[in-house]
Amino acid sequence: MSNTATENVSDAVRSATREAANASPDLNILLAGFGGQGILFAGKLIAYAGLLDGREVSWLPSYGPEMRGGTANCSVCLARTPIGSPLVIEPDVLVAFNRPSYDSFVDKVKPGGLVLVDKTMIDVCPLREDIRFESIEATQLAEDNELKGLANVVAVGKLLQLTGFSTVGQVEVAIEKSVSAKRHDLIGFNKKALAIGYDTVSPKDCDR
Amino acid sequence: MGEKILMKGNEALAEAAIRAGCRHFFGYPITPQTELAAYMSRHLPKLGGTYLQAESEIAAINMVYGASSAGVRVMTSSSSPGVSLKGEGISYMIGADLPGLIVNVNRGGPGLGGIQPSQSDYWMATRATGHGDGHVFVLAPSTVQEMADLARKAFDLGDRYRMPAMILADGLLGQMMEPVELPEPLDPAALPPKPWATTGTQGTREHNIINSLSLVAQILEDSVIKRYERYVLIKDVEQMAQLEYVEDAELVVVAYGAAARIARSAITAAREEGIKVGMIRPITLWPFPTKAIKNACATARAFLSVELNTGQMVDDVRLAVDGSVPVSFFGHTGGIVPTPAEVLVAIRKACAGETFHLLPYHSTLKAGE
Repeated sequence: MSNTATENVSDAVRSATREAANASPDLNILLAGFGGQGILFAGKLIAYAGLLDGREVSWLPSYGPEMRGGTANCSVCLARTPIGSPLVIEPDVLVAFNRPSYDSFVDKVKPGGLVLVDKTMIDVCPLREDIRFESIEATQLAEDNELKGLANVVAVGKLLQLTGFSTVGQVEVAIEKSVSAKRHDLIGFNKKALAIGYDTVSPKDCDR
Repeated sequence: MGEKILMKGNEALAEAAIRAGCRHFFGYPITPQTELAAYMSRHLPKLGGTYLQAESEIAAINMVYGASSAGVRVMTSSSSPGVSLKGEGISYMIGADLPGLIVNVNRGGPGLGGIQPSQSDYWMATRATGHGDGHVFVLAPSTVQEMADLARKAFDLGDRYRMPAMILADGLLGQMMEPVELPEPLDPAALPPKPWATTGTQGTREHNIINSLSLVAQILEDSVIKRYERYVLIKDVEQMAQLEYVEDAELVVVAYGAAARIARSAITAAREEGIKVGMIRPITLWPFPTKAIKNACATARAFLSVELNTGQMVDDVRLAVDGSVPVSFFGHTGGIVPTPAEVLVAIRKACAGETFHLLPYHSTLKAGE
């Protein structure tokens, strides 16, 4: 009997989760920066949260012949129906962690889309007026909070705040599942970085 | 129901192979399949298995030959140029009637080519994995889940028919992560016995001999024809394809692997325009799903093959259609992945009654043209 009850509860939770996922719009996200900035990991957190939400998800890294310190980018799709091409060509959301990536991809963003930049790395105001432009001092915030190297997760927190692609709780579970078992000590730092990004209100400094 | 986890295609395939009872891997690194070998190097030694990075692809495939002769589930993986090198060994396995899994995470060719996703090895996989007069099973996953599911299927088919089986994937499927539910693990000791394997006679039976050399013409002909009869049976009972919206389709797109994912997005968009288009997605490339294609000829006025090459599988589509309706082709190659918008353009053209073999230069064909 107790088994059945548990199943019913979890079924209810699952169907509620599925309902929530179905209500969320499809989102094609492109994250881009230097190799070593944790671009692929940031994308994995977003994809994992989507999986936990019961959505269709895909994650695809660029794997070109890049050199150390070269550019790295990653396509993440969150969708209601099975994902066709996992390659994001016209993103709804661009998260740029350096200037070359911003310059390469800002014109590809869909009209009405969102561009989030790490303002510590990119001091720029967009020429386009048909996109929503947001910034966060991700690298600076990470350093100020002794979270060096976690600007990527700070940016994921900010993206969560801006888009509600999932919930803080789900991204925290995604962190637990994505950080390798050998580095369990890093889970707390990642969660802290997520919270900092999620709680930060950035000034509107591009006057729009 | 197991938990769904997020995994790269290469890693999901590796884990599924282990769960299918494979404990022996011989390979040599090459992009974009290296994660597969790396995964095996981490996990097989802990399970009492063998992970060995051989001195070359040729050495690796011959180690697969040896392990398979001893009756165990064994595999190798590589990407296009590496699979060319394995060709001789694969032919020996065919000739010796040995099972074994060969994974080809296809990259752009010919030659060293590039490392981006491609389906340029369709001909090699289905026509001539090696010299001689033989075949291997060729399975084409289209999702990370299928990378896992088809690993087990490949081992089962290979063992049942005593043939090598190839999984033909591509860089996109190997590198991407998707949710996957891994199959339950099999105990290698509980797999069906292989009475032909060279495991030692214990003084109780005649010697088993594993060999592909046969110098007497009549004996060789008999053995090749006997194997051919197995191929006839396989073509009859082992074809696999996924059909989508085919019942009322006037145009049927044929696409496999990564190309099928892109085609599906284009088909969804075309259906919204009222175009009656469906898709046959071959899961077995050899045996090719000719039955599904022949059946679709009842409603289809045309076929469109979409591939990441200059037109290879389209030959098999034509053979299956056998001249009854026109067959067109659209593709990109060299590692360029077509956009759904481009495929939609090709679908509209084919529906308008045009027959074509379209290879756009990427910079010149824009969506909507």
